[in-house]
Amino acid sequence: MKKLVVVGNGMAGVGCVEQILRHAPAFDITILGEETHVNYNRILLSSVLAGEKPADEITLNPLEWYWRNKIRLRVGARAVDVDADLKVVMTEDGEVTSFDTLLLATGSSALMPPIEGIEKDGVFAFRTLDDTRALLERAKPGVKAVVIGGGLLGLEAARGLQVQGCDVTVVHLMDSLMERQLDTLGSFYLRAKMESLGIRVLLAHSTKKILGEKKVQAVAFVDGTRVDADLVVVAAGIRPNTDLARRAGLLVNRGIVVNDYMETSHPDIFAVGECVEHNGICYGLVAPLIEQGKVLAATMTGNKGPTYTGTVQAAKLKIMGVDVFSAGAWTDGAGVEAVRFEDPALGIYKKLVLRDGRLAGVILVGDTSDSHRYMDWLRSQADLTGQRRHLLFPPAGEDAGLDIAQMSENATICGCVGVTKGAIISAIHDRGINTLSQLKEATRAGTGCGSCTSLCQDVLRAVAPDFQEDGRRVLCGCVPFAQDNLREILRSQRLKSVQDVLDIYGNGEGCEICKPALSYMLDMLWCGDHDEDRSARFINDRVHANIQKDGTFSVIPRIRGGVTTPAELRRIADVAEKYQVPMVKITGSQRIDLLGVRKEDLPKVWADLGMPSGQAYTKGVRMVKTCVGTEFCRFGTQDSTSAGIEMERRFENLFTPHKVKMAAVGCPRNCAEATVKDIGLVGQEGGWQVVVGGAAGKSVRRADLLITVETTESALEAAELFFQYYREHGNYLERTYDFVERIGIDKVRKDTVYAPEPARLALLDRLRKSKNASYDAWQEGRSPVNRTQFIPLHPIEPVQDLTA
Amino acid sequence: MSDNKRWVRIASCDAVPPREGRAAMIDQREIAIFNLGDRFLAVDNRCPHQGGPLCDGIVAGGSVVCPLHAWKVNLETGEVSRPANHNDCVRTYATRVEGGVISIEA
Repeated sequence: MKKLVVVGNGMAGVGCVEQILRHAPAFDITILGEETHVNYNRILLSSVLAGEKPADEITLNPLEWYWRNKIRLRVGARAVDVDADLKVVMTEDGEVTSFDTLLLATGSSALMPPIEGIEKDGVFAFRTLDDTRALLERAKPGVKAVVIGGGLLGLEAARGLQVQGCDVTVVHLMDSLMERQLDTLGSFYLRAKMESLGIRVLLAHSTKKILGEKKVQAVAFVDGTRVDADLVVVAAGIRPNTDLARRAGLLVNRGIVVNDYMETSHPDIFAVGECVEHNGICYGLVAPLIEQGKVLAATMTGNKGPTYTGTVQAAKLKIMGVDVFSAGAWTDGAGVEAVRFEDPALGIYKKLVLRDGRLAGVILVGDTSDSHRYMDWLRSQADLTGQRRHLLFPPAGEDAGLDIAQMSENATICGCVGVTKGAIISAIHDRGINTLSQLKEATRAGTGCGSCTSLCQDVLRAVAPDFQEDGRRVLCGCVPFAQDNLREILRSQRLKSVQDVLDIYGNGEGCEICKPALSYMLDMLWCGDHDEDRSARFINDRVHANIQKDGTFSVIPRIRGGVTTPAELRRIADVAEKYQVPMVKITGSQRIDLLGVRKEDLPKVWADLGMPSGQAYTKGVRMVKTCVGTEFCRFGTQDSTSAGIEMERRFENLFTPHKVKMAAVGCPRNCAEATVKDIGLVGQEGGWQVVVGGAAGKSVRRADLLITVETTESALEAAELFFQYYREHGNYLERTYDFVERIGIDKVRKDTVYAPEPARLALLDRLRKSKNASYDAWQEGRSPVNRTQFIPLHPIEPVQDLTA
Repeated sequence: MSDNKRWVRIASCDAVPPREGRAAMIDQREIAIFNLGDRFLAVDNRCPHQGGPLCDGIVAGGSVVCPLHAWKVNLETGEVSRPANHNDCVRTYATRVEGGVISIEA
């Protein structure tokens, strides 16, 4: 077999090798990679920087893939020379590798303009996984970051840094952002959107110098102004890596020149990807290099025939909440017609350019939901004469771009890799695929920019008999971020209302999953000082009672520690009779439940009870169950009743990721079941054990020991530390027993009771703040948040019954 | 049919906070009225599933999610969009705002 050496272990090189492997075995393959990683998805680096994906999730070909296909992989091997006559490649480490066929997939490098001081510590490119990791090390809340370059990559870097908490300025040489993809008006809309996210934009600013001793301190411009900076990212464009090709004597212009069969000027040396120039164009996006790889694989394996004729360039900005799409030739001019729409209030701008009744180019800002439809029109060059009235908006009742059922079998789903709806459907049927990751593995759809993921899922949902969602890490489709990431975003961006979060980071609408979750996060993060929005709360948290199957509510007053009085019991009995409560029940939590109360009666019921809310309807502090302890029990070693009541007082009225049930027992006999509670205090001779993460519900879990202490006050403080830690790090709807298992009890201990004093004090301080801002929700019975909170509406004038 | 309908003035707009619903009692009927920010929409206040009070649901775009079992009902059309392939439908009512007062055609 012929020896094939591939220089470059990136998306183009490995993509082409994947295609070669689809043909009959022809090569013994070696891949030389300069980076020290397996092939990963470079397009998703901005998602890694923005914390949307962990670095290990963007791997495209794991090591096992190389082994399975008997490919020798050498990472960290930078090729420095090629001898086309001797047919050898030299690497930096002095190794010489011989080849019969050579494939150059050397990609491109970040262009580092000759700016004085660009070598200083704190100046980064944004091109590789290592660059991204280095940036993540430095990008911390409060850090001042300057991004030089207002193109696709620069803007994505800016947003990523901002999500990490940096104070970001984008500096652009030209007078409009993304000028290669957008016209002036489109850029204007994009700029407004970026600025509304809190990113500063400086246009027409030429960087003169990067200031600072050894480390970056500021960026100075030609006009004499300057901006302070702790961190500078240079995203001023890319340059094809053509040194090796030149050394091999190939014809090189800006890139390595290839013909339609992807052949270079040398019969045994081929090239693919960003390093090549086809028809005068060097491509910098993923779709062209995959197309090139398919053609080249045919040529190289002796199946010469398919040709590469260029790619319709399409670019999509991958910033959550900033929708920008541009494709084809969108410039105005003679012989073309431009169709435009703009709405400044919504921040939407659309421009279609038609030539001879066919789509030539498109720009979408603010709403890219139709980008698929336009890409189809661009690729198919369909005659649009009959659709002139529906160019910008699909006819009513037809969501042309997004309705999977209406797409033809030939329609492209994944524009990057070039996978059609038909190909996906056959893969699903032929290989019994039922998860997105299997689909990616089998067809490579969705492994480019990832923007077709939801379409792929739609096809799976429609076609795969047992479609399974992949392990869902994001909160929900409306706000597709992982929860820990989201907490950081809300904190660093100082967002205080659910609707703002949905508008800026989500789909603007929200749903029954994300709205309550975001409500919780905001309340917790700002210690109660957020913009409370009752429309984002579940009904239980709007009327402070638990909705029942018939639409009535249950009322459980707080009875701390399960200790009540004859007077309280008498009032409860009176209320039950007065409002004809259908059921009065002793609960498992040592409390009393009045079931079947009408919504409009709730305020009166609460007033007559004269007791605070027991929060039995919410994700919050439920109760502390207690035994009688030393007060009456002859075995008691601690006063569990008082300790329990005190714990309930300290935590009551606070919200938590999920419900929190507690107990305090006076001896290890554990009569109030403290070892299967979220937080338990277990009294013993001479002190307390504080246990956490117990459960006796759907699952049963024995609580872990957090710490053993001597005094009741220390026990309560340990409980407080854990309680606040869970509030801050637990995911919404994650009970403590899942939380403790996810984090690990050792880490929980280290971060709470064994944390350095400042960290402990900070936790307690935030708990105190939240507690001070909290209140008994049933007070709203007397002063409702709006006048119709509890009551139905009735017609203003009497209504005649027309049926009579 | 139109003979049996008339516009009924219900309440001033601020009676229904943005993105919330309220029940309105007209004759023996219970109608859920929602404030979607830019318009009011009204449907029967009974989920086609088990009769849950739709007015108490969370609004998700142009739909409401029933508080009992999370059925999702489109407020424009009255159609059930979750679970999928359900033909059940809730009745919708026209609404209008005049002089700051919401009316329902019922």
